[in-house]
Amino acid sequence: MRRVGFESSFAIAEAVKMASIDVTSAYPITPQTHIVERIAQLIADGELDAEYIPVESEHSAMSGCLGASAVGARTFTATAGQGLELMHEVLYVASGMRLPIVMAVCNRSLSSPLSIWGDHSDVMAVRDTGWIQIFAENAQQAFDLTLCAFRIAEDPLVLLPTMVHIDGFHLSHVIEPILLPELEEVNKFLPKFHPRYTLNPNKPLTMGDFATPDLYTETKKYQDEALRNSMKVILQAWRGFGELFGRDYSPVEMYRADDADVLLLTMGSFSEVAMEAIDELREAGEKVGLVRLRLWRPFPFHEFRRAVTQAKLLIVLDRAISFGGPGPVCSEVKAALYHLKKKPQIIGFIGGLGGRDISVEGFRNMIHRGMDKAEQGKFEEFEIFGVRE
Amino acid sequence: METLGIYAPRLVTKRQGFTPGHRACSGCAEALAVKLVMKALGRNVILAMSTGCMEIISTQLPYTAWEVPWIHTLFENSAIVASGIEAGMKALKRKGTSLPEAKVVAMGGDGATFDIGLGAISGAFERGHDFLYVCFDNEAYMNTGIQRSSATPFGASTTTQPAGKVSMGQRTWKKNMPAIAVAHDIPYVATACPSYPFDLMDKVKKATAIEGPTYIHILSVCPTGWRIPTDMSIRLGRLAVETGVFPLYEVENGKYTLNYDPPQLRPVTDYLKSQGRFRHLTPKMTDKIQQRVSAEYARLKEKAAGG
Repeated sequence: MRRVGFESSFAIAEAVKMASIDVTSAYPITPQTHIVERIAQLIADGELDAEYIPVESEHSAMSGCLGASAVGARTFTATAGQGLELMHEVLYVASGMRLPIVMAVCNRSLSSPLSIWGDHSDVMAVRDTGWIQIFAENAQQAFDLTLCAFRIAEDPLVLLPTMVHIDGFHLSHVIEPILLPELEEVNKFLPKFHPRYTLNPNKPLTMGDFATPDLYTETKKYQDEALRNSMKVILQAWRGFGELFGRDYSPVEMYRADDADVLLLTMGSFSEVAMEAIDELREAGEKVGLVRLRLWRPFPFHEFRRAVTQAKLLIVLDRAISFGGPGPVCSEVKAALYHLKKKPQIIGFIGGLGGRDISVEGFRNMIHRGMDKAEQGKFEEFEIFGVRE
Repeated sequence: METLGIYAPRLVTKRQGFTPGHRACSGCAEALAVKLVMKALGRNVILAMSTGCMEIISTQLPYTAWEVPWIHTLFENSAIVASGIEAGMKALKRKGTSLPEAKVVAMGGDGATFDIGLGAISGAFERGHDFLYVCFDNEAYMNTGIQRSSATPFGASTTTQPAGKVSMGQRTWKKNMPAIAVAHDIPYVATACPSYPFDLMDKVKKATAIEGPTYIHILSVCPTGWRIPTDMSIRLGRLAVETGVFPLYEVENGKYTLNYDPPQLRPVTDYLKSQGRFRHLTPKMTDKIQQRVSAEYARLKEKAAGG
């Protein structure tokens, strides 16, 4: 084990190196570039033995991953914002064809106007693509969760592609201290990839038929069940990781929430800032806590309900906007709680769009504003936090 | 025709990588072309195919006509899926996994090749992957109902550029895809037609033996889309070649060879007149086509002569 200072992008590249991937098929886009550049340098220096396919678009980046994974290669790529959108249709194919590709996404807002800065609009746009999706909040998590992603995705009971989300710039370009394991320890945790079905002349098979209306629904049902059932493997993998490396991860993580009347829900790097706000409010005697949603898909209904039902008020921060509709995470939260007799009131905020920061003071204000609105019965779909009128 | 070698059908393998029972139209020369390509490829192959006629007619869940490893994902990406397969096998073998020999082959129609997948093909050629790309060109988006592509020939009527009271059908000339392939400096580019089966199979064998990107462009007569009787496909393929509309040639490391050069080309009208998609052509339009075909053929001859 050694302690290093790494940018989160480099931490992810390090995890990819320790996972000894076979192929990366990648296209550069701000703010993911440091990941693919670092991987390229590792390969160039002989520290990682992998094929790097420098493709001509993100649609091709993910398509190259399909081919490589289909012959049994451990495959990784990274993208952000527009790039994630350009590969949109390919994402559905990856999950529909049960190819365990791992991808890091440096969450970036979507054009137009063009914005290279971070928010979760790219994440929300790919919500339904059938990938396992996990959020990292700091550089250590970026490393740990990327390593775990290979173990989860490639599990014979899962075989689903997996995204690890890190906030663009706010996390991708930030240098933090990280504890790096030794390769022998990683090899104990992450077995070699042994896929059952590959493209091989010795055992020919056909991948990618078309399905008529009387078969399609069933294929989707099995795919959905596979994603839901992956929860068991995710929990197992994280437990195993915790036992080996001493850091525990769960689908929903709380902070000072045990006796909280008011909870704030955040995802990604904002959680760390929000935790400081919670500390300050707790100092002042307020019973507030933080819900950190780590696992986005499969949605952790059970863990989430258990975490929030005892609170009186749940304030949800969406870092993406769904024009003309409710905040995406807020609407999922409400849907998860709808039929429960005992549930908190819910106030939705949208903030942090296009890389706009929210400070510790900002989070304190948001919590108070949320409490005021609940008291006043102001339950509109959302309020955009920190906007100039 | 030197390249046809010995005309010995008995020596062609009886094994079918592409089995009967698929759902192609009567008289489909594209399916015939695929069958011939598969006979030439043998069993040590991995195919990546684009969405299109051949993909649809051969793989309706839970059936498949393929006895080789075969993958279809999307429309525009068979060249990059093939690249991923090639890179994956390369990495696995280098890192100690034992894998059988397998030539990687990407297949797409003209829509997938000329239009939506052009970028991916260009990328795969530029990166120098060891794979063969075969374009089955039936000169329109036939699978979805005969819509025009940039491979549709001048004057042809398609459903999205139909001949009508104020329109003559396709207003632009067919994009020169083999020339685009040659411009990428790949080691082997060839045109072929299933009406000349041994020439086609020889070319596939030749391409398979070359390391690096190779491209074979196959004219695939489509009775449904070209509006001809279903028993005319092979004859029409011959007419395409004999009139110079679709010359058979190879380009090996930039050097052109014309495989079939008759002392006199037949007039293009011999080829155009029996096709419903050209039924509306005026003599003026036919003349224009003749002029262009003759000029392009002459240019091709110059290149083959070392010009």
